[in-house]
Amino acid sequence: MLSTRHIIDVQDMTVDDINLILDTAESFKEVNERRIKKLPTLRGRTVVNLFLEPSTRTRTSFEIAAKRLSADGINFTASASATVKGESLADTAATLSAMACDLVVIRHKYAGAPRILTQQMDAHIVNGGDGMHQHPTQALLDLFTMREKLGKLEGLRVGIVGDIAHSRVAGSLIPALRMVGATPVVIGPPTLMPARPEVLGAEFVPSLDEALPGLDVAYLLRVQMERAEGMPFPSVREYSRLFGMNSQRVAMLPNHAIVMHPGPMNRGVEISAEVADSERSLVLHQVNSGVAVRMAVMYLLLGGEASGASA
Amino acid sequence: MALLLRGGRVVDPAVGLDEIADIIIRDGVIVEIGPDLTIPKGITIECAEKIVVPGLVDIHTHLREPGFEYKEDIASGTRAAAHGGFTAVCAMPNTSPICDEGSAVRFIVERAAAHGKVRVYPIGTITVASKGAALAEMGDMVAEGAIAFSDDGSGVQDTGMMRLAMDYAKQFGTTILSHCEDESLAGKGVVNEGVVSTRLGLVGWPSAAEEIHVARDIALCELTGCRLHLAHLSTAGSVAMVRSAKERGLPVTCEVTPHHLFLDEDALTPEYNTSLKMNPPLRTAADKEALIAGLIDGTVDAIATDHAPHAVHEKALEFELAPFGSTGLETALSLAMTHLVSRDDFSMSDLVRVMAHGPRSCLGLPTMRLEAGSVADITVIDPEARVEINAPFFESKSSNSAFMGTTLLGKASEVLVGGQFALRNGKVVD
Amino acid sequence: MSYRTKATVMDGEAISRAVTRIAHEILEFNKGAGNLALVGIVTRGASLADILAAKIAEIEGATVPVGTLDISFYRDDLATRLNPEVHRSDIPFDVEGKDVVLVDDVLYTGRTIRSAMDALMDYGRPCSVQLAVLVDRGHRELPIRADYVGKNVPSSRRERVKVYLQSLDGRDAAEILEENHKGGDE
Repeated sequence: MLSTRHIIDVQDMTVDDINLILDTAESFKEVNERRIKKLPTLRGRTVVNLFLEPSTRTRTSFEIAAKRLSADGINFTASASATVKGESLADTAATLSAMACDLVVIRHKYAGAPRILTQQMDAHIVNGGDGMHQHPTQALLDLFTMREKLGKLEGLRVGIVGDIAHSRVAGSLIPALRMVGATPVVIGPPTLMPARPEVLGAEFVPSLDEALPGLDVAYLLRVQMERAEGMPFPSVREYSRLFGMNSQRVAMLPNHAIVMHPGPMNRGVEISAEVADSERSLVLHQVNSGVAVRMAVMYLLLGGEASGASA
Repeated sequence: MALLLRGGRVVDPAVGLDEIADIIIRDGVIVEIGPDLTIPKGITIECAEKIVVPGLVDIHTHLREPGFEYKEDIASGTRAAAHGGFTAVCAMPNTSPICDEGSAVRFIVERAAAHGKVRVYPIGTITVASKGAALAEMGDMVAEGAIAFSDDGSGVQDTGMMRLAMDYAKQFGTTILSHCEDESLAGKGVVNEGVVSTRLGLVGWPSAAEEIHVARDIALCELTGCRLHLAHLSTAGSVAMVRSAKERGLPVTCEVTPHHLFLDEDALTPEYNTSLKMNPPLRTAADKEALIAGLIDGTVDAIATDHAPHAVHEKALEFELAPFGSTGLETALSLAMTHLVSRDDFSMSDLVRVMAHGPRSCLGLPTMRLEAGSVADITVIDPEARVEINAPFFESKSSNSAFMGTTLLGKASEVLVGGQFALRNGKVVD
Repeated sequence: MSYRTKATVMDGEAISRAVTRIAHEILEFNKGAGNLALVGIVTRGASLADILAAKIAEIEGATVPVGTLDISFYRDDLATRLNPEVHRSDIPFDVEGKDVVLVDDVLYTGRTIRSAMDALMDYGRPCSVQLAVLVDRGHRELPIRADYVGKNVPSSRRERVKVYLQSLDGRDAAEILEENHKGGDE
């Protein structure tokens, strides 16, 4: 059993929780390789995907996970959402609660939004990304991919490259790596670093080229090109020159090292097309693992919840 | 009609008093202070075990009327003030319509006369609609009763405009109250930039965004000679700059809020409690200690509440969407009694200095002393009263207190405004 | 909850004889090993399937494909009981058209077998599904019966029937356990 009712913040979880989710996801990975990729496990359960910020990838992944477990999945997306009409998140939560759903996956523009749901409803809450705070299932699927490809997590040196300051992916991945005994290193221009990176528990290395030879994983974050208020670096060209992953830089990695990216990629910016499509890149692998990990999270949260008596 | 306050510990450093004494008040004025006084007829209030001080004044209150009466109005806000031990409040101008011309000031004066439990001194804006683009009609507002000017809620961003305002305000002898925030730096910040912004994934509001304006406004004070009051300072750097400005003899004063004195950013947890969302944000423990040190050594002139009531549904939003501010009128005195007067290096006289005399002198309000001939604006404090801070406790329409759920020691039991009871036995007089 | 052994209903030799007999019965019923496949239910059924396959190879000289099935995701009691340790199912052959023998150690309520049949069907459409168990202890809650039974063991619902296998437990035995304290089965 998980020690927590919700998956909101990696720091709420124990190492045992993380391992249980990864181990369970192994079994679901097998299901996803079958011809009939469907289990009756969560028949009759209702899973709401409350996506108040556009996200095709994460929403689809959760949606597939719910469907493969036979849960009834309902999508509640930003364009259709009542928040646009002025309803508060607390009221939306109360409304969903009245409809008696079992699990809510929430993606929201602002940090801490999943907590508001926990205060308003009894359902299990899974954080599908809150503002610049956390995105725990992404971190879990990343750990799953690393473990699968490198055989272990403990002792790995993982370089997270790019916009750490605004990245919820980094917000979850850094503490998760530390919990399982890996060493996160953050790499990027100082203008993309949080005010106090050491608070997250990551070592800061300003130069990608210097960091590469020591890495087991080069994890490239998406450069947020859509940012409204001025770019925190002079140009995409300069960013790519200093921090873009290309074939020359891949050659500087140890032979066993892998390249990861949470997607969606900006080809030619943080990752060259050549690297993105190479054997070293696990981008599609991560997407594939994502479904299994999210199935595991739903299974472990919704399974056995009526227990309390000894099993 | 006569009133006798009997047997209280009478504290007023302005007249060198800290002793058990009786006070006789007649027709709203103190007529005699001394031992063993009697009155032939009238009301006697037993003040044994209580502390009698000059009426407390809050120079930074958001009464919300007109425009936001669902949060607070002049009646409820002044009830809250009386409940918290204040005999007067200074009303900030960010209402709707905004208080940027004489008629708006007159509205507040008239409403306060009709519905106020305590004195209300209106503050007008520095610039039209607080937009920072054009001078507001300060002279018109002074004529109607405005006592100071502030664009509180945002800082005047343009340095030239601030200089113009300070030069212009001099002719009225009024103080410019500066909300120190450089918006190009503070941006969309909602918490202190540093540990807490990193941990919670929230946009940071760095100390430098305040300190740059503090430095700028002190320089402008020197340039223009206008009286400058710096509102709700939150950082050690700001206090240090005020200290050195005072050493140079500049007419600079400043205030700090109870929440910056008694809370720091560590209070912000992954619970994202929006009652702790303030502008400026809660800073580090070191900043908090520097504010207290400034209060003790006199650098900080006043505790001001920045009473900012908000409705429950407004605060029940995502942290980044919820409005800034905490209520403060009803908790400030109890907090100061609990956390400051309890210290060896902070006396009851110091409390009177920072909550009664300091606030008045910052904004040039009429002085009030515990001596014969003075207007009887008096606060009586029960130092042993236990106060549970919960929703029913508040007279304010709003209960968005950063101190919700705490227990404090010490509370106003009586408040006299011009010799009339606004609070008696701890209850607001209707 | 702790249990103590009340009776040993099968020892190593009895198990060995039962497995041999079941292997013969399977071959006889299916007229050889040609279209056969064994699928053991995690964990002891999987070990038993391996033993059965070895026995069949010994008798018939033919290799029968063996798979394992974890039925955690198919249970009908998920709401009250979460399997803390989920194993990976592994069916390394196409079940389509095969005569599949499900193998488990103990047949009790029948719910595990129902789940296993659901799980198996998700892999394809076998020609037939048969059931082999080492012990049938009764108390069925579903219309399910075993085609091959090592031993019928009448038991009380308050008792537990536990099979030990060399490969997992270091010994071969089937025992009836009873509780030291009061409480439900398993």
